Amino acid sequence: MERNKTRADNQPSGSHEDPRLESQPGNRDGQQKPAGAQGQTSGASGAQAQSMEVQGLNCFYGGFKAVTDVDMTIRPNKITALIGPSGCGKSTFLRALNRMHEVTRGGRIEGKVLLDGEDIYAPNVDPVQVRRKIGMVFQKPNPFPTMTIYDNVVAGLKLAGSHKKSELDDIVEDKLRQAALWDEVKDKLSAGGTDLSGGQQQRLCIARTLAVEPEVILLDEPASALDPMSSMKIEDAMQDLKKRYTLIIVTHNMQQASRSSDYTGFFYIEAMGEPGQLWEFGETEQIFSNPERQQTEDYVTGKMG
Amino acid sequence: MASGSLNSNLSGNYRRRKTVDKVMTVIAYLCAAIAIVALTLVIIYVVARGINVWRPAFFTENTALFGDGGGIYNAMYGTAMLVLLSMAIGVPVGIMAGIYLAEFGDNRLGDFIRFVADTMAGIPSIVVGLFVYGALVLIMGWNAFAGACALAILMLPVISRTTEGIVRMVPGELREASLALGLPQWKTMLRIVLPTAAAGIITGVFLSVARAAGETAPLIFTILGSNFFNTNPFEGAMAAVSLYVYQASSSPYEAVQEAAWGAALVLMLFVLVLNFIARAIALRQKV
Ligand SMILES: Nc1ncnc2c1ncn2[C@@H]1O[C@H](COP(=O)(O)OP(=O)(O)OP(=O)(O)O)[C@@H](O)[C@H]1O
Ligand SMILES: [Mg+2]
Repeated sequence: MERNKTRADNQPSGSHEDPRLESQPGNRDGQQKPAGAQGQTSGASGAQAQSMEVQGLNCFYGGFKAVTDVDMTIRPNKITALIGPSGCGKSTFLRALNRMHEVTRGGRIEGKVLLDGEDIYAPNVDPVQVRRKIGMVFQKPNPFPTMTIYDNVVAGLKLAGSHKKSELDDIVEDKLRQAALWDEVKDKLSAGGTDLSGGQQQRLCIARTLAVEPEVILLDEPASALDPMSSMKIEDAMQDLKKRYTLIIVTHNMQQASRSSDYTGFFYIEAMGEPGQLWEFGETEQIFSNPERQQTEDYVTGKMG
Repeated sequence: MASGSLNSNLSGNYRRRKTVDKVMTVIAYLCAAIAIVALTLVIIYVVARGINVWRPAFFTENTALFGDGGGIYNAMYGTAMLVLLSMAIGVPVGIMAGIYLAEFGDNRLGDFIRFVADTMAGIPSIVVGLFVYGALVLIMGWNAFAGACALAILMLPVISRTTEGIVRMVPGELREASLALGLPQWKTMLRIVLPTAAAGIITGVFLSVARAAGETAPLIFTILGSNFFNTNPFEGAMAAVSLYVYQASSSPYEAVQEAAWGAALVLMLFVLVLNFIARAIALRQKV
C-alpha cells in the first residue's frame, strides 16, 4: 500500500465532513468548534465532545441491584476516571452509560442518563443511535477475527452504510494515528486484526471506536491486560483524544488514574450483597490528595484493595 | 531417611500410573488401527471391483437393469439434482433454525425445537421416505423434488444443531464489540457472528450433504429409480447413483451387478471428496 499522504491532500477530506456535522442537529449549541481548530492530526474529526449527566441511576441484574442512586456530572473534553474495589459496580455503571447494560440478560436501569441534556433512556430513543454517539472499549481486546486491520477500523462505518473507498482510506489513517497505532501497522493494513499483539489489538479497538465518530468514549480497564509499555501508549493516546472527545475510564491503576484523569469517581460497596454506590466524586487532584471520606483515602493510598 | 520413604510412596503410585497409561495408549492405538484397516479395506475392495467397469461409455450412457448394464449418466444427473435441491431446501432452513436456537432459543420453544430436531435425527431414513411418500408422492407421483424433500428432512437436524453449536461458540465479546459500534442486532448477527462461524457451519453442511448423497432408502419411495434421462425434478421417476447401486446389485444379470460396483466407486469418491472439502475448510478456520 502506498499511502504518502501530505497535509495538503487532507484538506479536501476535511471539508466533506461538514455535511455530516450538519446532519446531527441538536448537539451543537454553544460548544461548536470549527473543525479546523482541533489540533494537528487533521480537520476530519467530526466528533464533538459532549457532557453527560447521570441522575439517580440504579442498575439491576434481574432482582439484584448492582448500583444504587448515582448522580454524576461528566464534563466535556475531560477524562473522568472511575475507581473502586472489585465488584462495586464500575463496569455495570459504565455499561449503563451507553445502553450496553441492557444487552446483558436481566439488565435494566432506573433513573436518567442525559447526553447533552437529552435522556438516552427516553422511550423514543434508539439504543443503536445512543451507542454510535457513546462508544465503548472493552477490557479484553476484541478485534473482529474475520476482518483485516483496515476493515476492523471501518467496520462500524462500512456495515452501517456505503462509503467511498478514498473516504475510508482517510478515515483509517486518521483513526489509527489518533489511536497511536498507525506507524506500527501502516505497512500491513490487510493483515488480520487478530494477528497483532494484545496491546496493538487494544489500540485497534480504540481506532475502531473512534471511526464511528462518537462524542463520548467509555473505556473499561482498557490497559489491564497489557504490559506497562502498551499501557503507557494507551494513556498517551487518551491525552490526545480528550482534545476531541469526552472520556470515561474504569481503572484499577491508581497511578494511571491520578496521572491522566481530570475527575475521579470512587465507587464503594459497603457490604457483600449491597449495591455499589458512588462514594465520592471530584477533581482528581482533590480525590487523591485530600479526599473527604475515609474509605476513599484508604483506597487511593492502597490500604484497601 | 525421610527422602527415602517419600520416594517409595510417590514412585509406587507413579509406576502403576505409567503402566496403566501405556496399556490405555496401546488400546487406543488398536481401536484406531481397526477403524483405519476397515475403512482401507472397504476402499480397496470397492476400487478394485469398480475400476473394471469404468470406461468412457459408463459415464455417458443411461442405466439399464438388464443385458450389459449400460452406464450411470442419468443416475449421476439425478444425484446432482437431488443434492442441489435438498441443499436448497435444507441448508437455509437448517442454518436459520440453528441461528434461532443459538440466539433466541433459551426458552420453552427453543427446547421444544431442539427436542424435535434430536428426535428427527434419530428417525430411520426409510421412515422419512415413507412419510414423504404419503405427503407428496401419493399426490404428485414419483419425482425428484419429493426425494430432495426426504433428504432435506434428514439433513435438517444435523445442520441446525451444528449451526447452533458453532454460533454459540462465537465469543460474546465480538457481539458486544459490534453492538457497541452502534450496529443493530440483526447486522451484528449477519455481518459479525455468521462470518466468524462460517467455516464451522460450512463444514457441517458438507458433512450432512455427503451423508444425504449416499442415502438410498428414502429414495425408493420418492424417486423410484429410472433408466431414462429425466430433467424435470417435479415430474416423473428419476435415477440416482445410490439407488442404482442398490437396484443393480440385486439384478440377475452379472454385467449389471458389476456395473453396481462401478457406480459404488463413483458414489464413494463423491462422498470422500465432500468430506475432504469439509475437513479442509475446518482446518483453514482460525481461532
Ligand atoms: N451478568 C451479570 N449477571 C448478574 N450479576 C452481575 C453480572 N455482571 C456483574 N454482576 C454483579 O454486579 C456487581 C457489580 O459488578 P461489576 O462487574 O460492575 O463490578 P466492577 O466494579 O466492574 O468489578 P471489577 O473491578 O472486578 O471489574 C457484582 O456484584 C457482580 O457480581
Ligand atoms: Mg469491571
